[in-house]
Amino acid sequence: MELTRRDALAALAASGVAVGTGAVVGTDADGRLRNPFAETPSPEDRMATLLAVADVVYPSAVAGVEEFVRTYALGRTKDRADYREGMVEALSTLDEYARTWHGADFRDLDAETRESVLDQMGVDTAKPDPEGSDPARVRYYLVNELLYALYTSPTGGRSVGIENPQGHPGGTGSYRRGPSADEDRSKADGSESSAGDSEPNTGGGGE
Amino acid sequence: MTDRNPSERADVCVVGAGPAGALAAHRLADRGYDVVVLEVGERFDFEDRKRRMERAIRPGHDPLSVWEMGGPRDAYTSSGERFYPLNRARVKGVGGTTLHWQGMVMRLHESDFESWPLDYGDLRPYYAEAERALGVAGADDNPYAPPREEPFPMSAFPPSHSDSLFAAACERLGVTMHSVPNARNSEAYDDRSACVGYGTCKPVCPSGAKYSADHHVEKAESEGARVVDRAPVQRLEHDDSGERVTAAVYATPDGESHRQEAREFVLAAGGVEIPRLLLLSKSAQYPDGLANSSGAVGRYFMDHLFAGVGGTLDRETRQNHVGFITSECHQFYDDPTRGTEGRDGGVPEWTDSGDEPAPDSIKLEFLNYAGPSPVEMALSGDQWGDDLLDTLREGYGNSIAMGGLVGQRPRKANRVTLDSSTTDDHGNPVPKIHWSVDARTKSSLRRANEIQRAILDELGADVSWSVGPENTGPAFHHMGTTRMGTDSDESVVNPRLRTHDLRNLAIASSSVFVTSGALNPTLTIAALALKAADHVDERL
Repeated sequence: MELTRRDALAALAASGVAVGTGAVVGTDADGRLRNPFAETPSPEDRMATLLAVADVVYPSAVAGVEEFVRTYALGRTKDRADYREGMVEALSTLDEYARTWHGADFRDLDAETRESVLDQMGVDTAKPDPEGSDPARVRYYLVNELLYALYTSPTGGRSVGIENPQGHPGGTGSYRRGPSADEDRSKADGSESSAGDSEPNTGGGGE
Repeated sequence: MTDRNPSERADVCVVGAGPAGALAAHRLADRGYDVVVLEVGERFDFEDRKRRMERAIRPGHDPLSVWEMGGPRDAYTSSGERFYPLNRARVKGVGGTTLHWQGMVMRLHESDFESWPLDYGDLRPYYAEAERALGVAGADDNPYAPPREEPFPMSAFPPSHSDSLFAAACERLGVTMHSVPNARNSEAYDDRSACVGYGTCKPVCPSGAKYSADHHVEKAESEGARVVDRAPVQRLEHDDSGERVTAAVYATPDGESHRQEAREFVLAAGGVEIPRLLLLSKSAQYPDGLANSSGAVGRYFMDHLFAGVGGTLDRETRQNHVGFITSECHQFYDDPTRGTEGRDGGVPEWTDSGDEPAPDSIKLEFLNYAGPSPVEMALSGDQWGDDLLDTLREGYGNSIAMGGLVGQRPRKANRVTLDSSTTDDHGNPVPKIHWSVDARTKSSLRRANEIQRAILDELGADVSWSVGPENTGPAFHHMGTTRMGTDSDESVVNPRLRTHDLRNLAIASSSVFVTSGALNPTLTIAALALKAADHVDERL
């Protein structure tokens, strides 16, 4: 399952971010990686922690995670200082727990230990809440943020068997088609595409 | 800065900016009248819709927060046998509950008008106008629907893959399937895009392909109407003779109170807030509430009830790609007790057990959104990584379900009153809903389940749930609380939608319905609103 920038743009478009402006491209003009947390100390460390969470919560067969997450997080936090702040605080919280229990930031733990930190915090059973307890905020701003991005994208949906997942403007063709249709259905029908690589639109033609 | 002062000179004051108010305001503004619309809620920014959709999909947000409902403004109480969850599916704001609605728009059947003081023929031209106004995608393939004189404005959405699974079973049983009229663009219409398949119609359509009444509010404004948002009407005042309403008294966010005078008033605030406003407007002359000489204001509250059966199949059913349905069955609408005969059996006739009433009209729906959507499962589960993916694959794919609506007959005891023990943010008593589900309605639900079960059994489904007489819930169609009639001792408005008591007070709402039928009410609300506007025009 290869995630692409197109998936990130589609997921962003569905979440209300205007993605046609180029503002959310993951690299700058010199080819350097852009960072959604650039305004905070150690932005690449923040990004690494977010990617470490993605390593735990995304299926192992998913490829292309870094560009997908970086592009998505850039778009999601653009012009949304409060939301970025919520993410940054949740990342700090997660690192604090990791340091307390294992003496290292979350991103520096091995895969098994990362998973155990989330489990011990109770993030798996926490009720997501942007204003809630530590596990509730980690669940909301990190785990569910990443899962929302993945499972409203065409590639994430397709991995479950639905090429037009809820939240994605995948057109009105797929609901009519039976399961015997081509596996890669959305690419077979140009009318299904909502976010191309060159000039993605925001999904709703009425806007 | 928004000007919320009253207009100096207004021909018409409309209370409520949902579909009825928007359509009436647009029609009257278009005819050159000075129209002011007072709306309790805010004007929502279209650009925020995707974030509202996210709030709806992602756990961590109160569902009421999707459209900013709840809180002291919207307080209510509920009594009677069943709790009535009033705020779960109504929206206060420019566009009203059409911001949230499913968008199903059928004409009532001819039989539904039997005890109304007007018949299908009287409403037929208004139905056609309402279909053009809302933009209805439909097909003339329903043998049980009332006659129509012209095609739908847009072609119907084609049947879904799961409809085709149902079709084979229904054919074997002699059950007829047909298309559904949707207030949802199957192609670009009226400067709104075709549906792009977000799959979240209810409660948010981010593309605007689903009709919402903010479009007609904008049209009304472009014809010169003025819309004042966040302006809850506190009471209506009348003249000394008690024959005319003189002003709507409304509050504004700055704590001020204003009087909007007008020659004509149109109440379009829905089946709960309209009777509440009339009851709040009691005076020495109308001690039981304005326009309430009959005592019928607030009484005969009706809703539709949901019946459903669902489970899984041994095949992929392709659910949750879109958030609307594409097939229905009205075969049991006019004759709910009938059986059917097909190639391989049929639906049995209703068996009269002797101690329960015969069922009333039933509308059956073939759902396109049975079972969980993967993204919602992922966000509310307690797994991640490969375990989560396995669970999603196992949980999604072969769900199947039918839904349906049945109606309630009008009963005096089901009613909206004022609860003086609880007040809203302006100190007014909140609405109190007295609601129960009677034996006949339970018969209708049982009958609906029986038919649904027969179809799912024929399909080979492993049935795992049903919603029927014991666990049904309301469809949030508030009807009957200012009923229409020719006898001023028994009803609140006449067939011209004007109150019997006050000569310049019209009501455009499902509150004027005499009976409920079993079909989603909004197209009829729209038709009645256009008719009410025509009669206001005649009086002006």
